[in-house]
Formats: sequence, structure tokens, C-alpha cells
Amino acid sequence: MTSFSTQLVNLFAAVLLLIAFAMLSQRRIVALINLFALQGLALVGSTVTVAYATGQHHLYYSAGITFALKVVVLPLILHRLIRKLNVKWDIETLINIPSMMLVGIVLVIFAFNLALPISEFSRSVSRGTLGIALACVLMSFLMMITRSKAVPQVIGFLSMENGLFFAATSATFGMPMVVELGIALDVLVGMVILGVFMFQIREQFDSLDISHLEKLKED
Amino acid sequence: MNASALPIDAILAVVVVWFAIGLAGVAALHSTRLVAYGLFPLSALASLALAGYALAALPGGAQTAILAIGLPGLPFHLRLDALSAFFLAVLGLASAGISIFAGGYFRAGEGTPPGLMCLQYHVFLASMAMVLLADDAYAFMVCWELMALSSFFLVTTNHRIPEIQRAGFLYLLLAHIGAIAILLCFGVLQANTGDYTFANMRAQHLSPFWASAAFLLALFGFGAKAGILPLHVWLPEAHPAAPSPVSALMSGVMLKTAIYGLARVTFDLVHTPIWWWGVVALAVGLATALFGVVFAAAQVDMKRLLAYSSIENIGLIVVAFGLAIVFTAYRMHSLAALAMTAMLYHCLNHAIFKSLLFLGTGSVLHATHERSLGKLGGLMRYMPWVAVTTLAGVIASAGLPPSNGFVSEWLLLQSFLFTGALPNPYLKMLAPVFAAGVALVAALAGYVMVKFFGVIFLGKPREEKLSEARDAGALERLGLAWLTAGCVLLGLFPVAVIEVIDPVPFALVGRGLAQSGHIGDWMMLAPVTAERASYSPLVVLVATLAIVLVAILVVHRVYHGRVRRAPAWGCGFPAGTARMQDTAEGFGQPIRQIFEPFYRMKRELPTAFDSHPRYRVTVEDPLWAWVYLRIAAATDRISRFVGLMQRGRISIYLLYSFITLVTLLFLTQA
Amino acid sequence: MNLEGILAQLTAMVVALVLAPLLVGWVNQCRAWLQNRRAPPLTQQFRTLHKLFCKESVVAYDATALFRLTPYIVFGCMLLACMIIPTLSTNLPLAPAADAIALVGLFALARLFISLAAMDIGTAFGTMGARREMLVGFLAEPAFLMVLFTASLISNSTSLATIVGTLAHRELTILPSLAFAGVAFTMVSLAENARIPVDNPATHLELTMIHEALVLEYSGRHLALMEWAASLKLFAYSCAGLALFFPWGVAEANDRVALAFALPVLVAKLAAGGFALALIETILAKMRIFRVPEFLATAFLLGVLALLVHLLLGA
Repeated sequence: MTSFSTQLVNLFAAVLLLIAFAMLSQRRIVALINLFALQGLALVGSTVTVAYATGQHHLYYSAGITFALKVVVLPLILHRLIRKLNVKWDIETLINIPSMMLVGIVLVIFAFNLALPISEFSRSVSRGTLGIALACVLMSFLMMITRSKAVPQVIGFLSMENGLFFAATSATFGMPMVVELGIALDVLVGMVILGVFMFQIREQFDSLDISHLEKLKED
Repeated sequence: MNASALPIDAILAVVVVWFAIGLAGVAALHSTRLVAYGLFPLSALASLALAGYALAALPGGAQTAILAIGLPGLPFHLRLDALSAFFLAVLGLASAGISIFAGGYFRAGEGTPPGLMCLQYHVFLASMAMVLLADDAYAFMVCWELMALSSFFLVTTNHRIPEIQRAGFLYLLLAHIGAIAILLCFGVLQANTGDYTFANMRAQHLSPFWASAAFLLALFGFGAKAGILPLHVWLPEAHPAAPSPVSALMSGVMLKTAIYGLARVTFDLVHTPIWWWGVVALAVGLATALFGVVFAAAQVDMKRLLAYSSIENIGLIVVAFGLAIVFTAYRMHSLAALAMTAMLYHCLNHAIFKSLLFLGTGSVLHATHERSLGKLGGLMRYMPWVAVTTLAGVIASAGLPPSNGFVSEWLLLQSFLFTGALPNPYLKMLAPVFAAGVALVAALAGYVMVKFFGVIFLGKPREEKLSEARDAGALERLGLAWLTAGCVLLGLFPVAVIEVIDPVPFALVGRGLAQSGHIGDWMMLAPVTAERASYSPLVVLVATLAIVLVAILVVHRVYHGRVRRAPAWGCGFPAGTARMQDTAEGFGQPIRQIFEPFYRMKRELPTAFDSHPRYRVTVEDPLWAWVYLRIAAATDRISRFVGLMQRGRISIYLLYSFITLVTLLFLTQA
Repeated sequence: MNLEGILAQLTAMVVALVLAPLLVGWVNQCRAWLQNRRAPPLTQQFRTLHKLFCKESVVAYDATALFRLTPYIVFGCMLLACMIIPTLSTNLPLAPAADAIALVGLFALARLFISLAAMDIGTAFGTMGARREMLVGFLAEPAFLMVLFTASLISNSTSLATIVGTLAHRELTILPSLAFAGVAFTMVSLAENARIPVDNPATHLELTMIHEALVLEYSGRHLALMEWAASLKLFAYSCAGLALFFPWGVAEANDRVALAFALPVLVAKLAAGGFALALIETILAKMRIFRVPEFLATAFLLGVLALLVHLLLGA
């Protein structure tokens, strides 16, 4: 791998992390979806770079799938969904963005140190990218924890998958094609199911605020 | 006695002179004139002499002396090395200004008669000097307690006020808890040899466990004196209670003796620091600094505000201390020297500018009899001397160029920037976070200082009587001017100052900044190389002044210099009154809003229908409730439990003694 | 310090004094175009300054000397800041006197004096402006410092000349940490220069203003100096941003060919930057003052992240 493509992968890693932080601190759902599409684009960029630099041709295919799925199809579905659900201008009531970002920073430090021994084995990428991928996963998790609306939670789930995908491409040149296709299908089907689910939730509670689900608990 | 032993003898002579001045004060108990115009200026001269001898002793080697006072067979061991000489110099330089100011400040009718006050004051000074000289645990503890006691009496000068009694008691209590920890620390350090001289402690090689125990005890014990979290509670109580010169002395100098103790134990007596001590110190220091500055922003009493600002500065000093430990533990000696220099420089700076600010509040207090910020304002017109000198202190305290406060902050940030070479990955990544914290604290300090100066000296007077305020007297002005000069000169010639400080890091971490040649020339401070970092306060000041002067000249020459006086504009609102300005509460409101979780706030908000609307907000220290009240409650429970044993019948008490006796006999038999 | 250095320094000063009002004029022009208005001429700022200098200064009855001195001090600080940031060449004799940290210190010093002067008259608006200015400052300052630290870590130096030299001389290298730093820097400079979304430079609506509240009591030459200082600050921030993120075209010492090209390159970069600023101001809406701390804290933490990313990726 040339030094230039390493730098490029690093840059994409940083952009992924930046977008993860932006998603963590974004209140508007529309902007969240656009950020998700952007994250997919960064992912495509890094995958293509790795594919080009290492000559692994199957990565081109996975980049193509990623592009089609995460940059085009899923954001479109999500946009349609929020239009249908009429939550386009919904605003999350996030209490304290800076403190959430502080937690994010702690997660970054933690993830990096966690990935340190693993990334020493992998010679393909510069050492930090695996840590960043892990941090993206953890931060998506954090985002899912802190959101109270259903759509942002779904986006958090999807962006978690982005982090995993990035880890796979940058550390081990991607997973076998079958697995990747399987995951892509899974994400798509999961998205559809969750979409149906959201309609159901709204039907039931007149709102997408999942704190209402607490009512389902048997007392 | 040969000539090389001169400085330590001279310093002892100064201590004796201080005692003598104190006793003379007792002889002239009620003669305010003699005490004010004779004894205090004399004492200031003694301070100057002390500073001079200490500075002369800094580059020289260690000198020792033995004073046969105290218990038979347990003489006072004294030692003057670079570290103690530096802190003695701090004591001398700061107290020279404070003493001359005190001459103009203390007046009759403040509770304790002036003569007695003079005694307490000079015993306090002398005991601080002796603490810095002590070379065995016995002498150290005696002087340490003497220092605590004399300052206790000074704090409670106006001992008839219950609040002040309470503040004094709290101070004494924490001082004693701290002293116990220090005593235990010395107990650990002597490693069962039974020899409590520092020389013996230096010779011991403690296991990491015991060394860590000694460090933690020292951090706790000296921390109680320095005011690090959560042992800071006495500071905001004691400072407003004490007369201003005493506050200045306590905040400016006494807190530094605690830093001296920490440095002495960590770098001299234990001399093999472990890296995680540094992390503990960094974390505690940063927490203290943030806490101090956030609370300072919410204060409405000017001396409490300064007390919290002292907590903040101590926090910064402890951060530098922690950094020095980390670097020393990883054998990065030149960086350790940089961090250590930053710490010592900030000690010196804080001693000067915080004394200056406290003295400024003293003058304001005398002129207006008002400590609450909400009732001050506009004093710059009536007290220009005090205002201008305080402004110098404010700029220094906010850490802005070209003042002295900026230099030490600059050095501290520089030492953070070079942490990239640290071998520990976690530590390497935490360093930027700490640096960010320090930067945040520095910027918040600016907020606090604008509030402090703006509310007291600027705007319209918030009370009628303020227009009768008179500027400080001659002696007070002299003291203020001395400290202002310190702020300016220490800021403008950092290289010269660092060259003077240099023997201390050289002695403690084995390298000095100037000694290794990485310092720049007299006007350009460049701790590594000029390409890497450089700062020249003199050039910054001269360039700014030149631009200002040229701008004034050009504007007046090309255009005109006409000025018309008119009522304030204020968006055309004609009925503006002094009450429409921000109060201290108002000015601190954004900070209160942002850092709301830190505070325990009680708010009383008016409704739209109140005929007499009132707004009141009180901000309390949450640690008081979380830590101290819980300890108090636990103590209460335990003592009630112990109280069960109290039966009031002699025979039961005899039974207790009997059981104890039998148990002890049994134990000795086994 | 040679003659060439002094010349370079003087050129930098004159360029700053001339280009700063022009930059403000250009931003206003771009904004007008974007908003479909007729634009004032590019030199409008100079005419305003001239007009203000000609007018007499009206000073409130109880203003102190601090009030009258502050415009000059602020002007001095800002001009000095412009003189130590490498705009045309890195060969500036004054540059070693103040590094990145001192640069932030200079801005903070100016802020302190502006705020104190605003409190001097004792009107409600003055103290409100001072309070808000310090609120913006206490978060923006460390954020800016973090941005500069990122660049310092990359180039192993806090000296601005060395930073620009290193950044300009790297081979085609894309530094991920600078992506974070760039976002943080953009946010900070919007806040520091009283721009939308933090403050609106065109408004005099009392409840929302920050910068205008600070200079409310100034008139005549004092106001002119304050406004000039504000435009110098915008210029200084723009140049700092260009120097950090687009350092190409700044001449090295003794490189006369580059020096000849430096000015056109700078003007072109500033024009692009000014247009971007106008675009941002047109797209965004002003936020509530209580959102500002959040906005700036985000910038601050992004700055910290930039430092971390630098350590993480080693680049």
C-alpha cells in the first residue's frame, strides 16, 4: 500500500469519525439522514481506495453495493419514511450535547487503546483506523442509547453497521463476498421490518417516541 | 563560620528580627502610629533582606545549621538548599509589599489591638520562613503548627463576629487533619529507623508501596493546606474573614508552603516518583482548577471570589507538578525541568498577583466598608491608584500577555505540547485532554477577572456612599506599587527569572532549562529552540505601545482630537440608573447556566404579580453537602454509639479500665 | 533583523491595514449579491472610517480614561496580531516575539479591554455586551488554541512561521486531524468575529447583539478605531485560517519570486474565503444566545478531537 493511499484511508477514517460525532450532536432527523448518506459515501471512498491500493477486486463490488444501498437506497427509504410518518421536522430533545461529546471522546481513547494490540498484527493499514472503526461502532451505540425517537435509533443501528464494515475493509480487506451480500440483504430487510414496525408504533401511540413502549410492560 | 555559610545565618537573623518586631508590637500594644509607621515598614525591609539573601543562596549549594532549641537531644536541623531558597525568595518578595501595605492598613478598633496583631503577623511570617528552612520532621511540624496557629489568630482578628469564629474553626480543623496526614507521611518516610531528620529520609529507599503511601499522605496533608479538592472548603470561608493583608499573605505565600512541602517530599525525600502519582496529581489539579474557576465566576463577595481564584491557581500549580512527576518517572528530564519551571514560576506569579488583588480589595474595603460586589461599582473614578494597580493584577491573573501570569501559563502549555513522546498510550492521549482543560481554565479566569474588575471599579456606583470613597494612603500605595512592579517585571523578563529559578529544577530533576542552554537570550524566551517556540513579552509590549502611540498621533494630526462630553447614549434610553447595570449575579449568570450541575443553587424568582419583586440566588458548594455533611453525620452516629458506653456510674468506668488492663496483660503474655 | 525583514514587516502591516476593510466590504458585497440586493461599493468601509474620523467624539460624562484608551489598545493588539501571522511571507522579524499561544493571548487581551470599556459607562447594554462577549470568549479561546495546537503538533512547533513553513512544504499529504481542526476553526472564527449564527453584524436589535452592544457608546474616531480593529480581527482570523489550512503561496524567507506572487495569491484566497463566509451567513440563521455555548463547546471538543486524531493516526 502506498503512503498516499494510506493517507487517504486515514482521511476517510477521520471523516467517518467526524460524521459519527456530528450524528451524535445532530438534533434534526433530516440532517441525520443526510449525515448517514455522507457516512456511506466516505465508506465507499475508503473501500475503493483500499481496493485500488491492494488490487483486491472483490472490494470494488462491495463498494458498489455499499454505494447503492447506503448512499442511495436506504437514505431514500428513510426520507420517504419520515415523510410518510410526518416526522420530517421532528427535533430530538437532547439535553446536553457537549457532555455527550465528552463521553464520545472518552470512547475514542478507549477504543483506540483497545484496538492497539490487534492493529499491531495487521500490516495493511495504518494503526489507528481499526480504533476509529471501533469508536464509530461504540458511538453509534451511544447514539442509540441517548435517542428517544424511533427513526434516529434506526439510523444509529445502520451507522453501527457502517463502523463494522469499515473495520472489515480496512483491517482485513473486507469479508468474503457471500458474507457481505448476506449482511447487505440483512440490513435492507431489517430496514423494511423496522419501517413497518415504526408505522405500527405510531398507530399504537400516535407518536414515535419509544419511551411510550415502556407502557407495554406488565405491572 | 566561614563566608559561604552567610545566607542561612542572615535568613535566621531576619527571622529573629521578625520575632523582635512582633515583641516590640506587644510592648506598644495600643500605639497604632508606632506599629503602622515604624514596625511594619521595618518588617518590610527585613522581608527585602530575606528575599535578597534567598536569591543569593539560590545558585549556591545546600547549607545546614543546627539550632539547639526545643527538646534536649532533639535540636532543630535547618537546611537551605535551592528549593527552600526559592520559596524563601517568594516569601520575601511578596511579604515586602504586603507588610508595607499592612502599615497603612491596620487601624485601631478592629478587634485585636494593633500591637498583638503585629505579633501574630510576624510570628506567622517567621514560622513560614522556618517551615521552609526545617530539615527534620520535628522542626517542620513545630513550625507548621505555629504557622497554622498564628494564621488562625490572624483570621479571627474580628473575633466577635460569629461567622468569623466559624471560619476560623473550620480552618483550624482542616489544618489539623492535614497536619496529621503530614506527620504520618514523615512516619512512613523514616522507614522504621527512628531518625526523623530529612537527611535520613533521603537516604532511605522505600518500596513502591510505601513510597506511594507517603506520596498520597503528603498529597492529602499538604493538599489540605493548599486547598485542593475536596479539602478546599476552608479557603472561601477564611479569606473573607481575615483582614486583607493577612488574606494576601495566606493566599499568596502560605499556600505555597504547601506546594513546597509537596515538592520536598516527592522530589527530594522520596526521589523516585512513580508515573501514576503524576496522573493522580494531574487529575486532582485539573479538577481543583476547574472547580475553583467555575465557582469564582458565581461569587458575589469580592474576597470569596479571590479565594476561589486561589483554588484555581493552586490547581494549575498542581497540574504542572503532576506533569513534572510524569516526566521525571519516565526519565524525560528536560521536559520535567520545563514543567517544574512552569510550576515554580506560577508559584511566584500567583504569590505576587494574588497578594496584589487581595490588597486592592483591602483598600476598597477600607474606603467603602463593603465586600459585596453588588454594592460596589464606579470606584475607578474615586480610587484611581487602587484601580490601576488592581488592573495590572487582573491582567496577570487572567493570564494575558505581557503580564507574568501569561508566562507561566505559556510554559505550562508548552510542556503539555511535548508529551507526544510519552511511552504510555493512555497517558499520551490524556495529555491533550488535560491541556484542553488548562486552556479552558485560563479562559474562564479571564471571565472571572473581567467580572471582578468591571463590577468593582467600572460602571456607575451602585450605592450613594461610594462617591465618598477615598484613594489609598501613601503606605498602601507603596505596597500596591511594589507588587504591580513585580507583575510587570516578572512578565517582561521571563528569561532572567527562569535563570534565577534554574537551580531548583536542576537540584530536583537533574536538569535545568537555562543550564542546558535552551532558554533563548535575555529578551526572547525560547525553551527548546527558537523554531519550536518563542515568546518575547518585551517586544509584544513595545510593539503594541508603539502602535498605540503612533495611532494616537496620526489620528490627532491627520484628523482632530475633539471630544464632547454628553450623557451616555444607551440606545437612547434616558432614565438609565446604576441599578440597570449587571450585578455580580447577573454577570455570572451565563456561567451558572452552563455549569449548572456543578452548583447547589437556591433561587428565589419573582412572579409577574409580586408587589415587591425579589430575585435572590445563592450558590453553595456541593462538596460541602456531599462530603463534609456526610462525614459529620457519620461522626455523629459513631459518637452516639460510643455514647452508649457512657453510663455515669463510676464502677462501670472502672470495669472498662479493668477490661483494658486484663486485655493488655493477656496480649503481652502472648 | 535585516532590512528585507523590516520591509516585509512593514508591507505586512500596510497590507493588513488596507486589505482588512476591503475584506469586510467584499463580504458585505457578496452577501448583498447572494440576497439579491444592490451591493455597496468595495471601498464602503473606508468611506465609513473616514466619515467617523472626521466626526467629533462624543464621550459620556462619567467615562474614565480606560474608555478612551481602549480603542487604541484594541487596535494595537489586532494590528500586532495581523503582523505576526504570516500572510505574505514567513520572514517576519516580529513573528518570533509571539507564537500561537501568545496570538490567542493577544486576542484575549483585546477582548478584556473591550469588555471592560463596555462596562465603564455603566449602561445596561454595555454590561450585557461585556457579559456576552466574555461568554463567547471563554469557550472560543480554548477552542482556537486547540486548533492551533493541532497544527503545532503536526509541525512540532508553536511558532507560526514554522507551522506555516512546515504545512506549506509537505508533499501532497492530507492530514485527517486538520479536517477536525478545520471544522472547529470555522465555528470559532464565526463566533469570534461576531458573525451569523452567533451574532449578526448588521443588526442593531438590542436583545440579540453582542459586538454592537460593546461599541454602543463609542462614536467618532474611537468608533472608527474599534471598527477598524474588528475588520483587522476578521482579517487576522482569515489569514490564520488560510495559513493553517491552505498555506500554499506564502513566501519563504529570501524567496523573491514567491514574494511577488504572494500578494495576488493572498487576495485570491481571501476573496474565496470571504465569499464562503458570505455564503455561510446567508444559509444559516442566527441561533439563540443560549445555544451559543453549546455551539462553541462543540467547536472546543472538535478541537480536542483533532489533537486526539493526530495522536491516533500519527498524522
